[in-house]
Amino acid sequence: MKKIIITILVVAFFSLYLFAQTNIKPSVNRGKIVYETYCLTCHQDDGAGVPKLNPTLSNTSYTTGDKKKLITWVLKGTTDKIAIDGKFYSNNMAPQNYLKDEEIADVLTYIRNSFGNKASAVTVAEVKAVRATVK
Amino acid sequence: MKNKRFYSMLALAIICANSLLACSNDTSSVDKSTTVLNAGLELPTGFSTIKAAEGLGEARHITVTPQGDIYVKLSSAYKDKTIYYLHDNNGDGKTDVQTGFGDYVGTGITIKNGYLYASSNTEVYRYKLDAANKVIDPSKPEKIITGLIARFQHDSKSIALDNDGNIYVNIGAYSNSCQEKDRSKGSMGIMPCPILDSAGGIWKFKADKLNQTYADGIRYATGLRNVVGLDWNNSTNSLFVMQHGRDGLHDLFPDLYDTKQSAELPAECMYELKEGVNCGWPYVYYDHIQKKKIINPEYGGDGKKTTTENFIDPVAAFPGHMAPNGLLFYTGNMFPEKYKNGAFIAFHGSWNRAPEPQKGYLVAFVPFKDGKPSSDWEIFADNFAGGPEFVSPGKAKHRPCGLAQGPDGSLYVSDDSGGTIYKITYKAK
Ligand code: HEC
Repeated sequence: MKKIIITILVVAFFSLYLFAQTNIKPSVNRGKIVYETYCLTCHQDDGAGVPKLNPTLSNTSYTTGDKKKLITWVLKGTTDKIAIDGKFYSNNMAPQNYLKDEEIADVLTYIRNSFGNKASAVTVAEVKAVRATVK
Repeated sequence: MKNKRFYSMLALAIICANSLLACSNDTSSVDKSTTVLNAGLELPTGFSTIKAAEGLGEARHITVTPQGDIYVKLSSAYKDKTIYYLHDNNGDGKTDVQTGFGDYVGTGITIKNGYLYASSNTEVYRYKLDAANKVIDPSKPEKIITGLIARFQHDSKSIALDNDGNIYVNIGAYSNSCQEKDRSKGSMGIMPCPILDSAGGIWKFKADKLNQTYADGIRYATGLRNVVGLDWNNSTNSLFVMQHGRDGLHDLFPDLYDTKQSAELPAECMYELKEGVNCGWPYVYYDHIQKKKIINPEYGGDGKKTTTENFIDPVAAFPGHMAPNGLLFYTGNMFPEKYKNGAFIAFHGSWNRAPEPQKGYLVAFVPFKDGKPSSDWEIFADNFAGGPEFVSPGKAKHRPCGLAQGPDGSLYVSDDSGGTIYKITYKAK
């Protein structure tokens, strides 16, 4: 009996996981277009960035880390020269706050699931909530 | 024995196949029937390359002494040191002695009148040399210039000296196009651009006076966004510089430029500077296709409107974003006659051409006659990236940065991605 419950639980969990994965597909696809339009020149088509100038988006503590921090970063940009995982980059990243909530959710879902990254999706509601706190 | 034979045949076959591949894949303007592949580089027939050093990290500019020793400036410390003296003991072209000194990262390095000059991103130092052109006291340089602006973007200070005791220093603009908000879509330019007071030009100082600040120097030329490659031309007795043109015409003004135009424009320009000239940044850029100085969109331009102001024209123009990091006028006797007094340019390689294919990662040559370019530019040394699939800033195995001429007339090229120093020589058949 116990075994059956465990099996059911495992199967349920796995299908939920699959569902979640397939479900982010449309957002990832839309996000790819946003990325190509607004981010690719600096972060490059493979997300590897430009040495010393623009950071990589592969497995950085920002890209796959705390979503609030990530949304804030992209909305505000920076000219403050903040070390990314111990490395400095000399270019400035302009605020991307002209993008709609959905575009930001999509592009962040895309970068969190590309270039070797695997992280949860960013939702429109999460972007909206953060935007309300960011000037 | 049999085995050894087999392997050397196999190696030969692979080399042949590789060079065939390199030939058929490349579309650059060099006549492939006359190029050779050497230490990974493609060069015209008769030239060969040896790696004088490898693994030095971010090898920026270089200078070679009359004894054939090399000094390299690094923009990131290698074994805790940022300048290296390299010496070749047995004359095979490969250096065997490496002596490091200096604790400041930077780009500029050159030798003049018994001194080695080297720069950090805010200061210029000099070291007295002995009769063999070795630094006498590596731990005690004289600080000749101090307090220069370095705000991350375009912060390297390249240097060149004339024959009258002056040193010229590039101070790059800490901005792309002097927008109110740097690199923000649609943000307009500040009028007049306040950056030009202390950056975005070439400053002239005395080569032998200590602790000079802005107040001691003069702004020799303005309207230059960022210069990394510069050289004093002894045949014209004037300073030549290579400007890194602005980025992002499409990203910032998508209604005026498509991605193809944005990859190609503006031209990377070579200027001959006379005291007081203005090259036009951030107000205008040079369009090498229309052959005109075009008003930047941040200042009301539309891709066509030309300027009526007194900005100088470039003496040579190259495709956009290739990033010229080294310039050298060749005065040696080793290379064929056509190279005499001509300009070699080390193109670091582009990133801002994306999503279009990247370009650069090569050393170009422009022949000169009577102090002016006598024909269009050509590729001299190619394939630093390591093959067409590596032509991108993150993937390139090597990125040309500095140039120097050896006492025998050989050409040295430094690479700040793989830390290689190439020595290129010529032998007539
Ligand atoms: C003008 C060039 C430029 C553009 C365009 C740009 N970025 Fe950036 N980005 C940078 C630079 C430079 C940094 C690092 C700044 C620093 O460290 O101070 C950065 C940092 C980041 C980071 C945090 C560090 C990391 O590597 O994980 C993220 C995430 C990011 N960018 C995402 C984006 C997204 C998404 C877009 C498009 C909507 C975008 N960027 C557009 C230049 C750019």
